[in-house]
Amino acid sequence: MPALLPKAEWVVLGLLVIFVAGLSFAPLLRLAITAIAPAGVIDLGHVAELLWKKKVLTASTNTLVVALVSTILAMVLGTIAAALTVLTDMRFKTAWVFAFVLPLMIPPQVTALAWVQAFSPSSPVLGLLGLSLHDGGRHPLYSPGGIILLLGFYHAPLVFLTVRAALRRLPAELVEAARAAGATSWPLIFTIILPLARAGLFAGAALAFVSSISNFGIQAMLGIPARYPTLITLIYQQMNSYGPSALADMAVLALLLSTLTIVGVAVSGWLGQRGDVRVDGIGRSLEIRLGRWRPVVEAASWLFIVLTMALPLSALVATSLVNGFGQELSWKTLTLVNYANALVHQASIRNAFLTSLLLTSVTVAILMVVSLFMAYFIVWKRGPLVRLLHLFSELAYALPGIILAVAMILFFLKPLPFLGFSIYGTVWIILAAYLSSFLALALRPVLGGFAQIDRAMEEAAQVAGAGFLARMHDVIIPLVAPAAVAGGVMVFMSALNEIQVSILLVSSNARTIGPMVVFLEEGGSSTLAAAVGCLMIVAVLILMLVATRFSRYLPKGVLPWQN
Amino acid sequence: MTDIVINDLSKMYGGKRVLDCVAMHIADGEFIAVLGPSGCGKTTLLRLLAGFETPDEGTIQLGDRIVSSREANVPPEKRNIGIVFQNYALWPHMSVADNVGYALKIAGASSQERQQRSRDALAVVGMENLAERAPSDLSGGQRQRVALARCLAAKPSVMLLDEPLANLDVHLRAAMENEFVRFHRHTGATMVYITHDQSEAMALADRIAVIDRGRLVQFDRPRDLYREPQSEMVARFIGNGQVLTVQDVRPDAEAAIVSIFGKDHRVRARRSEQVRSSARLSVHTSAMRLAQPGEDGFAGKVERVIYRGNHSQVDFLVTAEPDLQLTLHAPADVAIPSDDTIQVCISDGWVIPAAA
Ligand SMILES: Nc1ncnc2c1ncn2[C@@H]1O[C@H](COP(=O)(O)OP(=O)(O)OP(=O)(O)O)[C@@H](O)[C@H]1O
Ligand SMILES: [Mg+2]
Repeated sequence: MPALLPKAEWVVLGLLVIFVAGLSFAPLLRLAITAIAPAGVIDLGHVAELLWKKKVLTASTNTLVVALVSTILAMVLGTIAAALTVLTDMRFKTAWVFAFVLPLMIPPQVTALAWVQAFSPSSPVLGLLGLSLHDGGRHPLYSPGGIILLLGFYHAPLVFLTVRAALRRLPAELVEAARAAGATSWPLIFTIILPLARAGLFAGAALAFVSSISNFGIQAMLGIPARYPTLITLIYQQMNSYGPSALADMAVLALLLSTLTIVGVAVSGWLGQRGDVRVDGIGRSLEIRLGRWRPVVEAASWLFIVLTMALPLSALVATSLVNGFGQELSWKTLTLVNYANALVHQASIRNAFLTSLLLTSVTVAILMVVSLFMAYFIVWKRGPLVRLLHLFSELAYALPGIILAVAMILFFLKPLPFLGFSIYGTVWIILAAYLSSFLALALRPVLGGFAQIDRAMEEAAQVAGAGFLARMHDVIIPLVAPAAVAGGVMVFMSALNEIQVSILLVSSNARTIGPMVVFLEEGGSSTLAAAVGCLMIVAVLILMLVATRFSRYLPKGVLPWQN
Repeated sequence: MTDIVINDLSKMYGGKRVLDCVAMHIADGEFIAVLGPSGCGKTTLLRLLAGFETPDEGTIQLGDRIVSSREANVPPEKRNIGIVFQNYALWPHMSVADNVGYALKIAGASSQERQQRSRDALAVVGMENLAERAPSDLSGGQRQRVALARCLAAKPSVMLLDEPLANLDVHLRAAMENEFVRFHRHTGATMVYITHDQSEAMALADRIAVIDRGRLVQFDRPRDLYREPQSEMVARFIGNGQVLTVQDVRPDAEAAIVSIFGKDHRVRARRSEQVRSSARLSVHTSAMRLAQPGEDGFAGKVERVIYRGNHSQVDFLVTAEPDLQLTLHAPADVAIPSDDTIQVCISDGWVIPAAA
């Protein structure tokens, strides 16, 4: 950091520090202190005692088991998908990639609901297909296997994206050299290409691992009825039962979960760095001819989409269109009453939609501005203070949302100084959590945008006499605006339907739409839950459509569903 | 009055001294070239002058104001300087006219005045017809002209140019060199022009500052740099100079007698030159020629002859000192076989002063 920043820059930097310190650093610090020193003195004995409890041990083991096994599943699926789309002459790739990545955009609690309904004994879809599961007994997905399966499917696109990026970065010369040495397509894939893409694969796997640990939607929707507790559902249930009095103990669990996550993120970062084979002049990508296997491979890949996406989603739609759960869908039973209830009659649901929309819009607006200024300092001014700001924004994003929520409650439970009231239980605490949680997501594309513009653009404005804010307004913002919009789109899509951050923060007078599905399903209103889920998916699809429509104004490669 | 006084300026990057005690005085309206090999610290000097970096030691004074020191730094936007960047740095989202008029807009000029002055500035570089174009629709030379006009419109008292011609092809360079000279006359601004191309520097500048590894090694008029280099580095860097060791230096009025490979020659030397047993002599290619028949010279063995159109370049090894390779230009019509032995005369040279 240059020692002598002009005044406007100091003011802006100061505001950024307050923003990150108040919304990320202080709450997380508070969480750590509460966990380690609940009574003001460091008390590791208490921590150990708590962690040694059978309930906690079981939940930790369960967490690790589902996260690891589902990660392996995601690795296998994601790698196959990436290899097929990048390396072979499979047809209709664009459509297939869209369908494969789509689940990532659908809120996990809705995915879980869809699967539950697809495999319920009275499933309208299985019914249509003439299949039926045994009545009685437990639902087959209410099991560790079910959780693993769904987490694996859900995170396969994450692995797909990193492996695809790695494959695309492969220097063509390496492949061509191997070909010249006589390697044919299949040996080439296994001896040259996949080993070279290995780092991308592991980075994707670490990402899938971290996301699995913190995927509240699937773990809660399946794990709670299965009585298979994981750390994240344990925290949720304890908070539900005991309220803020359980905070101190929950802080310890949150710290444990954070440690797992941070280890995962660190490993992912390390592997990601090592995987960065930067080579200029990437040649034509290799096209392996599938020959007569092509129709078979294509059929199998589309069958996969049908089974993992079309089937559950149609079950969800079918359920949302009947009056009572278990009714068969036919022209006679078809009804829109659930949608009418969701959008018109039930004020709480309608309000939840509006609250989410409003919170998300405000979050996006604020974060776009904050990320523009923060990226300026991160990319162009550097320095230890700025690095710290960046680190904490990334940390708040990487930690499971529920941990951030616990930290927020701890920090904001007491009345605010000067204002004299607490924001706990209001929308404001949710807004604070969103700002903290999604800053990194908004920031990433903007960092990329800054890295791409020549610093001389700014310097030229500076010698023309423009002060910091004028330079920002006249030169820098017009140049990085597309990246900021891309960040805004990603935040909008993530925040609109999110569940993990707000599940602990919602109250009777401040509800968001994400947790609504869980509450409705828990309350037995499956058909209404399905309708709400469908509406959430529709909202996502509209957003994707709009973003795709304008994608040529956005930086290349920011929309993950585009091939 | 905007003369620039640079006092013992040093700049470190991570413990490495990139600029080391640079001191110079640039007069108001002077055209200065800063010349040196890649990585010697030229850009760093320019960025310090502009105010983008702060010095670790020393000061910079613009007019009678200290603008850079360890303690205080006047930011670039308050220095009334102009910069022409190597890659032009035109703002892609503004038209040519908006680019040129930006500084005036910042200064709060009325839109009428802005238009007038942008148009004038564009006229100086012959670009008034392209005012409404986007920078992306211009050729490299046109962009360079716009960058010049942008600098000009702001009427800076000091203009800094960082290798402004480096991205242009050879023909365009020659045209732009003329442009710069005209431009300098037109504005009367103090100009600091960075380049690593010595012929460009010689053609343009009133004085040239040669920098080597962060140190200012010589700051002189082009003619003096060429004729009287103060160090071996300068002697070699300017005009493809060659350096040889001579014996027996005997000052003689404004010159000196030295022994070159055993034969006495009268060469130039500074007035305070001392009697020395040996010295280094700077000799330009043009000061060496093949001896006429019967003329006394020193012997060399031809290594290679390269035909260059209007002359032949002859690389040869000195017989008396077989490790030393020299080059002379011979008339193109004289046939010189390789491996031949030639006789060479030296008509002019300069005794490089002993290092202080
Ligand atoms: N921001 C920086 N951090 C660290 N080192 C730097 C930085 N900027 C320049 N340097 C180093 O300082 C030295 C001088 O750099 P400078 O850019 O001034 O050279 P230059 O003379 O302009 O070279 P060129 O002709 O290649 O442009 C180089 O060794 C460079 O690596
Ligand atoms: Mg340079």
